[in-house]
Amino acid sequence: MSAPEPVIRIEHLHKSFGSTAVLRGIDLAVGRGEVLCLIGPSGSGKSTLLRCINFLEEPTSGLVYVDGEPIGYRLDAAGRRVRESARHINRLRERIGIVFQAYNLWPHRTALGNVIEALLVVRRLSRAEAEAAGLAVLERVGLGDKAHVYPSRLSGGQQQRVAIARALAMKPEIMLLDEVTSALDPELVGEVLKVMRKLAADGMTMIVVTHEMGFAREVADRVVFMDGGVVVEEGPPSELLARPRNERTQRFLARLLAPRRE
Amino acid sequence: MPQFDWSIVGRYGASFLQGAATTLAVSLVSTLIGLALGMLAALARLSPWRLLRGAARVYVEVWRGTPLLVQLFFIYAALPFYGIRLSALTAGIVALSLYTGAFAAEIFRAGITAVHRGQVEAARSLGLSYGQTLRRIVAPIMATLVLPPLTNEFTGVIKWSSLLSVVTVPELTYAAYRAIGETYSAVEPLLISGLLYWLLNDLVVLAGRRIESRLTRHLA
Repeated sequence: MSAPEPVIRIEHLHKSFGSTAVLRGIDLAVGRGEVLCLIGPSGSGKSTLLRCINFLEEPTSGLVYVDGEPIGYRLDAAGRRVRESARHINRLRERIGIVFQAYNLWPHRTALGNVIEALLVVRRLSRAEAEAAGLAVLERVGLGDKAHVYPSRLSGGQQQRVAIARALAMKPEIMLLDEVTSALDPELVGEVLKVMRKLAADGMTMIVVTHEMGFAREVADRVVFMDGGVVVEEGPPSELLARPRNERTQRFLARLLAPRRE
Repeated sequence: MPQFDWSIVGRYGASFLQGAATTLAVSLVSTLIGLALGMLAALARLSPWRLLRGAARVYVEVWRGTPLLVQLFFIYAALPFYGIRLSALTAGIVALSLYTGAFAAEIFRAGITAVHRGQVEAARSLGLSYGQTLRRIVAPIMATLVLPPLTNEFTGVIKWSSLLSVVTVPELTYAAYRAIGETYSAVEPLLISGLLYWLLNDLVVLAGRRIESRLTRHLA
């Protein structure tokens, strides 16, 4: 392919916890502006894959490239992985936003405080600059009026939108979203999905781990089905979700969609 | 039934107040050093390096598992055999700091562990360094958790500091002993010193409560 360098390129990624192999050889590339939905049964390694991308988990072997630069390691002359400095890893992480299932807001900071923390500490913006930027991002997720409210006073959906704003404030090149609606009450899922749709429409590169097949069908450019630590099947949602070829994909989708098929 | 001799209050009042001031100063200094030691030991116990973990564990267990009085005597009376000669006051502060540090280490360790892993990961994923995360995220969240046990610990330090009287540090209990020795009356000096200890600790608890309500504003 003569396509430009993908934002994320994953090569032969393996991850084991003790003797349990969670990822068993993942190869995947995500192009600029692409929305990739990762689906699969729980325990299939989706979350671990996301966490390896920004080095919250250290891969057992294999490499993740961000804009062609390997994260966490550099390659020596013989092509072996050499661990990078913590500083280097921190700088690369700034370019990758991640949002977790459990929001993980900091309770001692207001919504705005959560959003501007890294702008102040990592980017070293002045407080005025950071607050202006932070407010703009909170507007973007529809929470401009909640800027000075502490997380304990926000609903789950609002907290998750603050978490998205917090990641967006760093102007990442790619957003990783790890089952961000799974912990929400059903009536709050919509507001978060709406923000994610808007992000996709704005051209944000995203890897979305989700069980929301409606979202995947509508927004994803590509859907990847993982099971047992490997990519089983991938393709555009219109094909993979409607006419899965692999038997494991078929079974997973049948189980997932069955209750809704009257 | 002995009478309460108020004249002792007049004659020894100044010496008691001086003793109380020394007690407060020694406790404050030892607590501050102890907190720093405790934080370091807690971080060491949670570090990925085995040697550091082991060293911190030995420190905590030895200092927590032996009486302060024995440690104090060792530092004051046994260390000179190894060429380390400390004044009574210095020996007292060193002993109290090391003792407090061992307890504070466990309080901090519990506090750090109680901060949700995800909140730390959120910080790291935004590019904050380990130190920045510790200072700006873990410490403030942890502070609300560890303040009550630390206040408790500080009241302990004020009371433990009474042991320093045995190596002649002129603190509150020492002042009481002196008054007893000179007046042959035990009731008044012990009651006065007890009352002053209680007042000191009430002060500490009050201060702790004020800090706590400031730190937990976000939970209101």
